[in-house]
Amino acid sequence: MMPMSYFIGLSILMFAMGILGVLLRRNPLIVFMSLELMFNSANLLFVAFSAYHHVLDGQLFVFFVMTTAAAEVAVGLALIVAIFKAKRTIDLDQMSSLKG
Amino acid sequence: MSLGSILLYGLLGVVVAISGIGLITSRNAIYGALFLVLNFITVALLYIALGAPFIALAQVTVYAGSIMVLFLFVIMLLGAEQLPIAEPIRGQRILAILLFVAFLAEMALFVMLRGSPVVAGAPITPDFSTPATMGTLLFEQYLLPFEMTAGVLLAATVGAVFLTRSPRPERKSALPEAQQAGKESS
Amino acid sequence: MSLFEIASVHPFFQLVPLVVFLPVLGLLINLLVGKYLGEKGIGAVASLATGGAFAVAVLLAIGLGQVSEGATLTLANWMTVGDFSVNWSFRIDTLSVLMMLVVSGVGMLIHIYSIGYMHSDVRHNEDPGRFRRFFVYLNLFIAFMMVLVSSDNFLMLFVGWEGVGLCSYLLIGFWFEKGADGIGNAKAAKKAFVVNRIGDFGLLIALFLLFHNFGTLNFAEIFEQAPAIAAAAPGAIMAITLFMLLGVTGKSAQLPLYVWLPDAMAGPTPVSALIHAATMVTAGVYLVARSQALYVEVPAAQNIVMWVGALTAFFAATIAVGQNDIKKVLAYSTISQLGFMVTAVGMGATVAGMFHLTTHAFFKALLFLGAGSVILGVEHGHAQANQHAEHGHDSFDPQDMREMGGLRKRMPLTFIVYLLGALTLAGIAPLAGFFSKDEILAAANEKSIAIYALLTAAAFLTAFYMGRQLLMVFFGKPRSVASEKASESPLLVTLPLVVLALLSVFGGALNLPGSHILETWLEHTLEGVTPGHFVLTVALISLAVALLGLLLAWLVYGRKPSFENGQPDPLRKPLNGLFTALENKWWVDELYNTVIVRPYDAVARFSAGVIDQGIIDGLINGMGSMVGSLAKAWRRYQNGYVRSYALTIVVGVVLVITYLVLR
Repeated sequence: MMPMSYFIGLSILMFAMGILGVLLRRNPLIVFMSLELMFNSANLLFVAFSAYHHVLDGQLFVFFVMTTAAAEVAVGLALIVAIFKAKRTIDLDQMSSLKG
Repeated sequence: MSLGSILLYGLLGVVVAISGIGLITSRNAIYGALFLVLNFITVALLYIALGAPFIALAQVTVYAGSIMVLFLFVIMLLGAEQLPIAEPIRGQRILAILLFVAFLAEMALFVMLRGSPVVAGAPITPDFSTPATMGTLLFEQYLLPFEMTAGVLLAATVGAVFLTRSPRPERKSALPEAQQAGKESS
Repeated sequence: MSLFEIASVHPFFQLVPLVVFLPVLGLLINLLVGKYLGEKGIGAVASLATGGAFAVAVLLAIGLGQVSEGATLTLANWMTVGDFSVNWSFRIDTLSVLMMLVVSGVGMLIHIYSIGYMHSDVRHNEDPGRFRRFFVYLNLFIAFMMVLVSSDNFLMLFVGWEGVGLCSYLLIGFWFEKGADGIGNAKAAKKAFVVNRIGDFGLLIALFLLFHNFGTLNFAEIFEQAPAIAAAAPGAIMAITLFMLLGVTGKSAQLPLYVWLPDAMAGPTPVSALIHAATMVTAGVYLVARSQALYVEVPAAQNIVMWVGALTAFFAATIAVGQNDIKKVLAYSTISQLGFMVTAVGMGATVAGMFHLTTHAFFKALLFLGAGSVILGVEHGHAQANQHAEHGHDSFDPQDMREMGGLRKRMPLTFIVYLLGALTLAGIAPLAGFFSKDEILAAANEKSIAIYALLTAAAFLTAFYMGRQLLMVFFGKPRSVASEKASESPLLVTLPLVVLALLSVFGGALNLPGSHILETWLEHTLEGVTPGHFVLTVALISLAVALLGLLLAWLVYGRKPSFENGQPDPLRKPLNGLFTALENKWWVDELYNTVIVRPYDAVARFSAGVIDQGIIDGLINGMGSMVGSLAKAWRRYQNGYVRSYALTIVVGVVLVITYLVLR
């Protein structure tokens, strides 16, 4: 098995790329997908430590994260569709009614 | 650690990295989705290597199979709009990249300076994570979170349905024409 | 002791709270239902209230005749803070009852006089409705003065002290919209209050020091402890007595705080008579007399008091020589006579001082009320002469002596009583003033030749300026149409004058050289009283000096041809520059104005403008506007873009991780 630092490093890299995606992209769908990338990095870390400590609870937690992520994606995409119907554009920078 | 396994892990890591970069830089949303699918599958392979076959297949099924399909449906609905390249918010790009670098640096620093030397653990036996053991753990110790997750899923379903409903016309008068109109459109 | 206990000491003693409460009742009645009583009714209520207080004082005196140590009646506890406790108590002893008799007796006569005087005055000033207010204020004054003289501790005395100062302000500024430039009276009232305040500040410091050193403000306790404390900390007693002296110079118009008294003549004449001649200004003398036990311990302080009094007596007498207003002459005369009293109590000749206080109350009130009668008569004459002209809007000043003359034919009764008052003030035997002034001079002779010389010179000048006044006002030919047509005043006005004149003539009987009634009376309260002697040489010298003064006045002003209208004062040619100085009161007011008032005004202006408005307000406003601009700056972050919000979150995350890494 690989040393843990490999998995930790990979997870950090995925997370950072997810952050970059959220900050830099204006398409909300890409933003969502970057969010999924971040979720994945966390899952990877869970499973890696679960294997390291020989405890099953880590994997089980990934299970829950996956379900919750699915639920969140469903609602989030419904939101995006609803906004698109109202505004006819998906540019995130156009959604600035909270400006003040 | 044999050379083959190092090479294999190295390849997987590279693919993960490249697909991630591909996702955040692709101008076309479809391409981005496909990159993400690649990422998911690679991570699933890593899960198998870590002795979590159930999770790996759940990943492929749920994430790559359903969530990404959902994404593709929505991209289809909304039309893959090509947004302009120029960044309207001042300093956002630079700051974002700076933060990215800072984040990586700090985490590296942390792992090198503070993290206890984490080396490989004992090899994993095949019966470490089977559906049977997962199920037992799930229904014995984590029953409450399980039920709550069910509730969350229900809420999400209801929410998604509610959000995408077409607006219902208001009943202004009890006149037969209005009733007729109301019945027709609902 | 309480009300019940004191009845057992003597039944009359339990009446003592009435000396304060009767005037208060009088003023409340006048305040609430005075509108329906009419002028005579208001005057009757006020006079009866004061008369009632006088009757109670007489009863108390009778009681003291039998129980001469007196008693203390505690009415209520005012405050108790830790070890410090102050009661509202009445001290019944010979000194306080003497003051009560003088205040309420002379006060009652002045109330009766005021009914007639104010009837004319409110019509002359075109505001009949203000009649009631005058009597309310007068009763309030009597009430406070009674509180002052009947208290048994310094704090209640201070309450009365402040109260009479307030009433003085209210009454001087009674016609507040009149006077020079429509504000003169108000300015005089303000000046009186402010100058008195300076004196009160001194008295307050003395009270603080008293409490600090003695732990109590009660008279009896302080005077008991006085020798012990004086031995332990003589500097403290010296400071206390000197600060008290500052209060005395303020209230009793001595150098350097006498400047308010001449200006206070802007008030109606009864006010000048009551407050600024007979009663309020004597409060300072009473204070020193009461605190003899403290002054006796510090001979240096006694010396200072003596010199202040003597210098004031001489200085004020010189100014009186050059004044043209009938009331101003009397005002400076009051200051001078107060100087005599202060010198007496400073020397330790307390009986002489109190004796002179009593006789001075009689004849000075008489002189002021007489002057009021003269002013009334001249105003009537003026109105008569100008029946077709406008009423009271010309430059005619009814108080200017240069416009009077020959009034003894037109106002005979006023002339006789005024003559008696003037002669007793000058110190002609066997009138009251002679005996009282002579006692002071005798005591001064024993103490210090310099003081004696100053006082004798002041006595000479007193006789001179009173003679000058008599001759200018009553003798010779009338110098204006108003004086030609002047008429005698009504009975309500002249009757109190007659009573006061009798008192002035026979008042000497109080302490004749043989009988010493007053001295035995006061002995019970004042310990260590220097017994008065009658020294024949001193008496003869003072009589001679008085007669000389009168003679000189007759030589200058009385011989025919008497000085006509328009001619300069006969003293101007021989004295020239000196006379100008006297006429301008040695420019003391102008000096104070330049040295004290103007710089203070500049400081106040600077503080208000630069410091208060500029710095302090600027600071507060600046903080407000700083918050505003800060908010405006932060507002730029609310740009509505989700991504920039996300950026902020990530910044926070990185900062937290930095902290965790570097910990």
